[in-house]
Amino acid sequence: MAFLSYLISGMGLGSVYAIIALGYTMVYGIAKMLNFAHGDVIMIGAYTAFYCLTVFKLSTFASIVITVVLCTVLGILIERLAYRPLRKASSLAVLITAIGVSYFLQNLAQILFGTDPKVFPELMRNSTFALFDEQLTLSFKTLLTIIVCILIMIFLIVFVNKTKTGKAMRACSQDKEAAQLMGINVDNTISITFAIGSGLAAIAAILLCITYSTFTPTLGSMPGIKAFTAAVFGGIGSIPGAFIGGLLLGIIETLTKAYLSTQLSDAIVFMVLIIVLLIKPSGLLGKRIHEKV
Amino acid sequence: MTKLVQYPSGAYVLERDIYSTPVLETYHLGIDFGGLSAVNNFNIIVGPTEISGLIGPNGAGKTTVFNLLTKVYQPSKGTILVNGHDTSKMTTVDVNKAGVARTFQNIRLFEKMSVVDNVKVAMNNSMHYNPLSAIFRTPKYYREEKRIHQEALELLDIFNMSDLAETEAGSLPYGAQRRLEIVRALATKPSLLLLDEPAAGMNPNETKELMETIRNIRDKFNIAIILIEHDMSLVMNICEGIAVLNYGRIIAKGTPKDIQNNPVVIEAYLGKPEQED
Repeated sequence: MAFLSYLISGMGLGSVYAIIALGYTMVYGIAKMLNFAHGDVIMIGAYTAFYCLTVFKLSTFASIVITVVLCTVLGILIERLAYRPLRKASSLAVLITAIGVSYFLQNLAQILFGTDPKVFPELMRNSTFALFDEQLTLSFKTLLTIIVCILIMIFLIVFVNKTKTGKAMRACSQDKEAAQLMGINVDNTISITFAIGSGLAAIAAILLCITYSTFTPTLGSMPGIKAFTAAVFGGIGSIPGAFIGGLLLGIIETLTKAYLSTQLSDAIVFMVLIIVLLIKPSGLLGKRIHEKV
Repeated sequence: MTKLVQYPSGAYVLERDIYSTPVLETYHLGIDFGGLSAVNNFNIIVGPTEISGLIGPNGAGKTTVFNLLTKVYQPSKGTILVNGHDTSKMTTVDVNKAGVARTFQNIRLFEKMSVVDNVKVAMNNSMHYNPLSAIFRTPKYYREEKRIHQEALELLDIFNMSDLAETEAGSLPYGAQRRLEIVRALATKPSLLLLDEPAAGMNPNETKELMETIRNIRDKFNIAIILIEHDMSLVMNICEGIAVLNYGRIIAKGTPKDIQNNPVVIEAYLGKPEQED
């Protein structure tokens, strides 16, 4: 029973990774770039929600809406100002810019909000319920996280496959030039992708803060890197891959902490990643790219 | 028998097209890559229902011309008018909206999408709903999606491809992929269709079929077509006007008959006959 409860809390953690990984993987799939500032959008989201709830004393719902809107706008702004001018530059230049944006956001947050840890207000009571004669206790927070993640996943798959914007995204991810020649505005499509990714980052921020209540301006870095790992693990560019990668990473991390070592858990998580990539270099669901001559 | 007549400017146009606005006009069009001028002083006028051919030896700059017309490259010199509109400020997307669609020398379908989705992507601009109505699944979203799906299937049906609608584009046989590229280009509702070596890799039977297809497209959709092609029997059979390109310059223009007998063209293709001492 202990195993089952670890498994479920691992899935909870993994769901947060998966939501963040979706942002990485969609942006990579369409703009072919690694947006390392993605983790810091989460951090900005956390501070936005925090100030909405504590200083402005807004309702939970209003705070969530404002956080999502603000992060979406931030995502679009980052793309417009930092990445779009580099659309034709080398991928290395874009990568370095992304790291620059990440540090910029972190330092901006340190100036604006200070470096001391903030404590996120309790949004929902830490209620649990027990199953199997009190042997298995589950927290509502974990379940909520998993459900939100599954809903987002379903929404994205339907969006990408069944709407014209989604089809434009898939077309851009395969051949931008051909897409343009078919009348698809690639710049707008990339903007929408950043908007969706950043909106998801806002949701991830709130889910993170519900579970781990203290946070600092570097909140985004570790979950960001883990989620990036999850995206690569599942096959970067693939939406179901990000979901599976995120869940597996969360489960592996929690089980390692429970049974092997708390201190070594990150090392072991990344070791698993390296092994998977040695066996399957394109990730679990990634497809090998055939270079056409 | 189609007849070419001359504008006062010296440009040739089909007799039946002389009183309508040309679908394409280029004046002194040129592009330099570094110091190399890949296309120079390219002047052409294409009537609204003309099938014209752009031929020339390998490396003559034919595909570069297509890339200029679709603004994949920005011209260094000259003007392009599409249906009388100046395209100098237009992007690739704008040019497509203005009525130019194309296929590619090496097939560039969205391979991982289904056949019908490839066509629907090209119809995106005639689908009118915003992302919000897609998220909230408004009746308008369903209505528009249904309309476009139907339209895409009808278009595929014209090319006998509606039964392949749900197949992944990348898994189609070669000939069908070429056909799908043409369908996808037509789905953007062009007035000018650019075909880049449509018969490449086809056997004589398929080429014959393609010839019929190209004629049918012109008659059914009432559009102009420019094709780049190396298969001379195809070009001579269906093109009404031909321009020959060599080293980025037009060296001859005229009807297939004029071109076949033009010594300059023969020289460009076969080289100068050796001089005897």
